Amino acid sequence: MSIIVTSIIVLGVIGIVGAAVLYIVAKRFHVHEDPRIDQVEALLPGANCGGCGRSGCRDFAAACVNADTLDGLSCPASGSAVMKQIGEIVGLAAAESKPKIAVIKCNGTCDLRPQVARFEGAPSCAVLASLGTGQTTCPNGCLGCGDCVTACPYDAIHINSQTGLPEVNEDKCVGCGACAKSCPRAIIELRFKGPRGMRVYVACSNKEKGALAMKECKVACIGCSKCVKECTHEAISIANNLSYIDYEKCKLCRKCVDVCPTHAIHAVNFPVKKTVEAVKPKLEEQPA
Amino acid sequence: MKLHTFKIGGVHPAENKIAAGKPIENLPLPAEVVLPVSQHIGAPAKPIVKKGDKVRRGDCVAEAGGFVSAPIHTPISGTVMKIDTCRTPQGMPVEAIYIKSDDEDREADAKTMAQRGTVVRDDNELATLDSKALIDIIKNAGIVGLGGATFPTHVKLSPPPGSKAEIVIINAVECEPCLSCDDMLMRENPREIVKGVQLLMRAAGVNRGVIAIENNKPEAIAAIQEAAASVAGLEVMPLKVKYPQGGEKQLIEAVTGKEVPSGALPIATGAIVQNVATAYAIYRAVILGEPLMERVLTLHDGINGRNLRVPLGTMLATLTDGMEPEKIILGGPMMGRTASTLQTPMIKGTSGILLDKRYAHRRPAENCIRCGKCAEACPMGLEPYLLATLSRLKEWDDAEAEKIANCIECGSCSYACPASRPVVDYVRLGKQTVMGIMRARATK
Repeated sequence: MSIIVTSIIVLGVIGIVGAAVLYIVAKRFHVHEDPRIDQVEALLPGANCGGCGRSGCRDFAAACVNADTLDGLSCPASGSAVMKQIGEIVGLAAAESKPKIAVIKCNGTCDLRPQVARFEGAPSCAVLASLGTGQTTCPNGCLGCGDCVTACPYDAIHINSQTGLPEVNEDKCVGCGACAKSCPRAIIELRFKGPRGMRVYVACSNKEKGALAMKECKVACIGCSKCVKECTHEAISIANNLSYIDYEKCKLCRKCVDVCPTHAIHAVNFPVKKTVEAVKPKLEEQPA
Repeated sequence: MKLHTFKIGGVHPAENKIAAGKPIENLPLPAEVVLPVSQHIGAPAKPIVKKGDKVRRGDCVAEAGGFVSAPIHTPISGTVMKIDTCRTPQGMPVEAIYIKSDDEDREADAKTMAQRGTVVRDDNELATLDSKALIDIIKNAGIVGLGGATFPTHVKLSPPPGSKAEIVIINAVECEPCLSCDDMLMRENPREIVKGVQLLMRAAGVNRGVIAIENNKPEAIAAIQEAAASVAGLEVMPLKVKYPQGGEKQLIEAVTGKEVPSGALPIATGAIVQNVATAYAIYRAVILGEPLMERVLTLHDGINGRNLRVPLGTMLATLTDGMEPEKIILGGPMMGRTASTLQTPMIKGTSGILLDKRYAHRRPAENCIRCGKCAEACPMGLEPYLLATLSRLKEWDDAEAEKIANCIECGSCSYACPASRPVVDYVRLGKQTVMGIMRARATK
């Protein structure tokens, strides 16, 4: 009996002493952390993708709380709504930002771009890029080994086995830019998602002269500058035999899409266009 | 007698030197040559001709674009057709000079070729040339390391301040399987090579020279020994066969027993290493006054092997007679680079064209079983399995701490791997990236 009593007393005393030590340490070495950091962090996706330019979501939350202004702080993965909520928590006005999405600037599918070699080495775009043009003759196009797929923290980009090119899942992509950083050929660009996902871009990165580009890929931009002449918004420029559409200036009129001789300019998510032929019969039906 | 070799690592790939013993065939001058401006390590050469210019055989068509660079000379007389891009064997565009000859040009070339072998600098004149004058001749002749790395020779002969050369080592090891162009060059031109080595020793200001030859080339050893017998300070050293003995650091260790410190240049041990074909090119440049316009290479298709003396700028397709090989490797099977096309000119560093089916495919890679064979094989004492993983995961800081920059990319790790993992692919990528980071930090 006495053993039980002694044990209870000894353990009780140890417990009380331990509690006292812990209490003193906790009080003395207390680090004050703004509780708003936790609140902000709870709103963030927690993928630590680095799209904001910070080392992780908590770092970004701390930066938001300690900032004087929210300009330049934006979580691309969460979008404007969440930034607004964060703004309310920290008592600052969040800047409006347009959502972005990763765009693959290459359309050289297996059918359109002749393969001249087969790569059996380490399955990595970075390795293949260091060896030369890769499996095709295009020195700027997609290598197809999927470094972007490995880099994506949102499972939003996958290689289509039919075309050999990566495809972006528009619902999952948050525009963090991890894929763009991982691409050794720099063919992935972050562009405005556009109203209802509508956007126009040049799906080619080939910097060769026209004739050579045509030989390398049937849908290469040949730098003919037809699109530049057609564009009324001065959104298109040509550098290194390659056309570029400035997404800040583009008004999505799609005139350039129709004139491109190699169909290198892509317009996505637009409602099906009524062609002139489809409209004509209707006009004829009407009485004169 | 115990044969020397380097201490750690190394592998013994099957030799397959079927071209050994086949005399060097001189190929006729082509009607057209394509001369890329980047045939060496360092700054690309700058073209000094323009479209429509007439050039004669041996004329300089592109001058050195910096200190670490080399000029380029045309092997044929003719007209400059254009200066345009051509494709490297790996398909990347590079600026090149296209030169085409006509009947008149060919006649002129035949005349110059007939005078080939005429001594333009006799011994009396040679005696007046000092080290600097010799290096200038070598520099203006566009001579680069012909073992395959194509490092400009005059740069190696001008050691940085504070270091002094004590010995010239001639790399006649030819440790790559399949290649036998250096072997045949030594058998056919031993006197010229020895003369070239003497010139190299004078240019470097040293009185000790070693010609290192692997023991699998007895005829070459005998020929060079005979030619070098009367030369003071010159020694022929047969070495035990082991890959990668032709690596600069491995060769220095095999010959002198000294190890090149990590991160230091080979000159830190007082050694200057030059390839045997470079020594021959130096003989031709200094004694015959002929710039570097051709080289010997081995063409190996798995059944037949040939040693060819080919003018620079010859398209590879003209050498292979319309063959459609499964795989084209330029250089040896261990370190050579795969080419995606034969529609590319041969350049100063093309030491071999390998069309052998046996090298066409890799075995599929399996999982690493941590057997450590790659670490045993690594001649630099690195841990390739670790470096490969670190560069796959982009852990550049750790890779640098594990001395990835010391890798010589010899491929012994990939060769030794029982799981056929592409070890050296990843390590090479990591090395390039880490060295880029280190350079950026140094300039900051």
